[in-house]
Amino acid sequence: MLIHRGAIMADESSRSPGGANGNGTGSGGDGAASKLHIVGKSRRRVDARAKVLGQTRFADDLTLPRMLHCKLLRSRLPHARILRIDTEKAKKAPGVRLVLTGADTPIAYGILPVSQDEHPLCTDKVRFVGDPVAAVIADTEDQAFAALDLIEVDYEPLPTIASPEEALATPEPRIHEYGDQGNLHKVVAFDFGDVDQALASADQVFEDVFYYEGNTHLAIEQHASLAALDPDGKLTVWSSTQTPHYLHRALAKALELPAAHVRVVALPNGGGFGGKSDPFNHEIVVAKAALVLGRPVKICLTREEVFYCHRGRHPVLMRFRTGVKKDGTITGMELNTLLDGGAYGSYGVASTFYTGALQTVTYQIPRYRFRGCRAFTNKPPCGPKRGHGTPQPRFGQEVHLDKIACALGLDPAELRLQQLVSPRSLTANFMRIETVALGECIRRVVAGSGWKERRSKLGLGRGLGLACSSYLSGAGLPIYWNDLPQSGVQLQLDRSGRVTAFCGATEIGQGSDDVLALCVAEILGIDPFDLRVVTGDTDLGPVDLGSYSSRVTLMMGNAAIEAATRARDLIAGPVADKLGVPRDRLVFAERRVFDASDPGRGMSWQDAVILAEAQHGTLGTTGSYKPPMSAAKYKGGGVGPTPTYSYSAAVVEVEVDPETGWIEVAKVWIGHDIGRSLNPPLAEGQVVGSVYMALGEALMEEQVFRRLPPKLSPALVHKFPSMLEYKSPSTMEMPPVEVYLVEDPDARGPFGAKEVGQGPLLPVMPALANAVYDAIGVRVDEIPVTPEKILRALDAKERGKPARHGPARFPEVPWPEALQVPPPWEGGDGHATNDRPKKPRMPRPGEPGGPPIRPEVRR
Amino acid sequence: MMRCSPFSYRAPASVEEVAQILAAEGPRAMVLGGGTDLVPNMKRRQQTPALLVSLRRVAALRQLQGDGAGVRIGAGMTLAEIAAHPRLRAFGALGRAAAQVATTHIRNVGTLGGNLCLDTRCNYYNQNYEWRKAIDFCMKRGVEGGGWPEKNEAQVCWVAPGSPRCWAVSSTDCAPALIALGAQVTLVSARETREIDLAALYRDDGIQYLDKRPDELLTEVRLGDPTGWRSTYWKLRRRESFDFPVLSLAAAVRLGEDGTVREARLVFGAVASHPVMAEAAADLVGHRLDDAAIERCADAAVRLAKPLDNTDFSLGWRKRVARSFVNGALRELRGDDPAQLGLMARRQMALRVV
Repeated sequence: MLIHRGAIMADESSRSPGGANGNGTGSGGDGAASKLHIVGKSRRRVDARAKVLGQTRFADDLTLPRMLHCKLLRSRLPHARILRIDTEKAKKAPGVRLVLTGADTPIAYGILPVSQDEHPLCTDKVRFVGDPVAAVIADTEDQAFAALDLIEVDYEPLPTIASPEEALATPEPRIHEYGDQGNLHKVVAFDFGDVDQALASADQVFEDVFYYEGNTHLAIEQHASLAALDPDGKLTVWSSTQTPHYLHRALAKALELPAAHVRVVALPNGGGFGGKSDPFNHEIVVAKAALVLGRPVKICLTREEVFYCHRGRHPVLMRFRTGVKKDGTITGMELNTLLDGGAYGSYGVASTFYTGALQTVTYQIPRYRFRGCRAFTNKPPCGPKRGHGTPQPRFGQEVHLDKIACALGLDPAELRLQQLVSPRSLTANFMRIETVALGECIRRVVAGSGWKERRSKLGLGRGLGLACSSYLSGAGLPIYWNDLPQSGVQLQLDRSGRVTAFCGATEIGQGSDDVLALCVAEILGIDPFDLRVVTGDTDLGPVDLGSYSSRVTLMMGNAAIEAATRARDLIAGPVADKLGVPRDRLVFAERRVFDASDPGRGMSWQDAVILAEAQHGTLGTTGSYKPPMSAAKYKGGGVGPTPTYSYSAAVVEVEVDPETGWIEVAKVWIGHDIGRSLNPPLAEGQVVGSVYMALGEALMEEQVFRRLPPKLSPALVHKFPSMLEYKSPSTMEMPPVEVYLVEDPDARGPFGAKEVGQGPLLPVMPALANAVYDAIGVRVDEIPVTPEKILRALDAKERGKPARHGPARFPEVPWPEALQVPPPWEGGDGHATNDRPKKPRMPRPGEPGGPPIRPEVRR
Repeated sequence: MMRCSPFSYRAPASVEEVAQILAAEGPRAMVLGGGTDLVPNMKRRQQTPALLVSLRRVAALRQLQGDGAGVRIGAGMTLAEIAAHPRLRAFGALGRAAAQVATTHIRNVGTLGGNLCLDTRCNYYNQNYEWRKAIDFCMKRGVEGGGWPEKNEAQVCWVAPGSPRCWAVSSTDCAPALIALGAQVTLVSARETREIDLAALYRDDGIQYLDKRPDELLTEVRLGDPTGWRSTYWKLRRRESFDFPVLSLAAAVRLGEDGTVREARLVFGAVASHPVMAEAAADLVGHRLDDAAIERCADAAVRLAKPLDNTDFSLGWRKRVARSFVNGALRELRGDDPAQLGLMARRQMALRVV
């Protein structure tokens, strides 16, 4: 694998002026300390040694004295009312200490405030095969497993829904008693300008329908949780979670405990990818059991159960209609999406918005229309997987553009380069763009792959495809509304020279502990290995919202820089006095504090801390970060904004066997606009890992279900919940990857950094599908692209039918009246013009016409 | 985590002792070779033998003996040993089959005997206990505390619900290769020793897929003189590691000095509950392996490949590939240059047996 790094050329740079901008952001360098000593250097990450030596402790590695084991009885029916649960026999089974049912944990919870639709154990209904109905806690796992078979559950089966199309046709019975209509969970509609008029003004309107199959995260570590009580009765839950703060809130709610009496410790995750970012039923169940029994209780899910936790990629059917001028200029775009949500809300409302939020952030789209619908089905709930809701429409859009380029006789790379979004601009749907190095990403992969010389010239069976994408560097809003920092870092220093950094951020393998250590170390001029980082613990560290939405490097990094800068300032005063040097001439580097103009004049880091402790007393600082306000003020505009977008471009080379449709990936070239790479091997690892995961989705991964003949069985089961039959690529299928890290520092990022954890996944799937077309002249408008589908498209071509395999049509969906949001260039201010409250708003106390202000009454 | 069903364990040191234990214990006992098939099945409760009889200490099962007339391969040899053994190189198909079983780790412990007796597989059967409960099981269901599955009359075959039989798929890699090479096997029990053609070991039934009693131990595979034979083994699977075959083809031909075929055997794997010998191979005898003969043979042979929808990949596509496999494998035996063949053929022929 080859890695290329480099800043983009000055003449094509969208480089923004350095310096701080707003709350908590900062370039992380100013004055004499602006030379970077650690940032950008390839270093061993701080947690590498423990990981390669097998010393990292994951959740399932934990054991406590007198620990009991928990197993969950899961529904064998896809949709049914629970009539009776008899646990008497199970309670008497050998080793069994406790059996819990839904009656013991009646309070609903869920990740989004608008979707509190889950119960730790089902209370009235089961909604998919795998929904938990009872828990057995026993001395051993074997005893708990054996007792599951002794629990008797009487069900009244209900009709099942297996697809969004069935949900559209079957409003009753409802899977949930809430949602926009019938079995449609969420239906949204937006018009950003008059798209009909925009399409009418085009030279040509293109229409395509695409399908993206669902898939799951497949983290190697299965979810595990351990709960125990402190001697004073406070609860601690250790868990493999990406979001300890959200789990903390869910536990307090579901168990009716004061939040201050609950501690969540997120252990390093053996992979997350979004699959551990919901609070889960098993986490609440072991906590409840520990509270009842007063003994530690642990659960480690089987692989099958992880497939039932799911929260993975939504299957999405989508239709694009785009108007273009002859030169490829887009006049307007319309996108309809239909999501298969599974049985619960999870992040689904956000996922629905995400299927339409980011179409505008790569290319100039002057007018845009989006309709999105998420249906409930009797399958494990879908949620956020790497790219959350955006890879599916990105796949559609990039294949759609490839078809447009081919139809217009344009080079697909040029078509994209000609209409890139402008840096520091607003899009039609009021997403605020900061730096954009997408052009450079395209140029790098075009040059590296020999695109211009080799595309369409490799002969039958071999081809190149290109695609681009963009992703958030952290979601602009938290998942529950609040006005608080989204990340906090606290530093503690003492006379030993020790620096401990506390933060709620969670190490899920992506390297967040290393980013925390390196940001602090850079500012204080010490080595990252000098620090101790304490993360993922809600009792010990300030809140960070968790490892999701590619937010940690940017948000935690900025908070860390603020805390470290404050610590440096505390130290700089007494050191400057002692040395008789102006403060702004002090350099913090190489474990010393010294005069920039006379480096010999200085002192060791430890001596500097001692001076500061003598002057200020006990040393500690904090830093926090809150993203800037969004320009999108309309309802639903909270999904999509971010401090800054990352950009990626990829070229994929494939070989396809015309006789069998067999497909292999020969090579991938990928450029990623990272702003600045803080620790290049980590960044490269994220890019290559993204390519790997993307190829799995592109070629084979499918979270799919099967019904049995309805006359014989009501079953609706996951086709193959195992790592053997759920196909994911092995090392043998992994092609060489050439990575280009394009560095164009963004003032909103820590030291200029943007995200790298999710964005590089997105361009790979469409680039592969486009490469198949270049290789063999047929379109597979569906993910995954399998040999069977290629062969079907080849057969269709041979029979004189359209040379494609993919969905034929997008169904009728009862869309609501669209929110009308005029684009910025049509006088829009970010609000919808027709988003009037249903009832006229009553004037607030003190406002004209309102009641007088009364003194506050405490209850 | 998923844990094994409870069992007791014995590890005798001789074939005789194994045979005595099996005779005394009946179907509640199962033989443990590498355990790579049986142990996962115990975790998922397809098989719940009360007693495991380990072959670990039986040195006689791990020997390879050869003479001018052929070789005798101990059934306890690991697949890694089979794939790498210099004396087996002349039996091309066998090495290629053994080298493509699962993963390196599994080949390092999995045995030849275990692969030949591999439980038949099906997407409705190779699932954990809770999943099979959700489909109310199928007719291939283990007996509590017992080893070999027995037909459960009350339940259907979900692959073909109207069918009175089980359609689980023979998924062994080594059996098609060894049948194409004309192998025989030895079965030892306390009361007798049987030597049969390997082809006769298999039955066209997903449940009773072996013509072997629970008290019999497969001890040895015998192969004749390989002189004049060329053979190969092609395997279709999603990934180049881990996966069981969803279609495989073993091809073996003996060519005369004039280039005409004297003997030929084609055996499909993973298209039925047993390895399927293609009679069409006989039509090649007396002909050169020219394009016309190969195409004719492929047309005829592929009619036997009747996969069902119970493995990875769609059955229609697997059938299409079957034709490409016959074509390609015979061209390989003819000595065609891989560079002149398609991607699929190049991929199959590029396998390095190490």
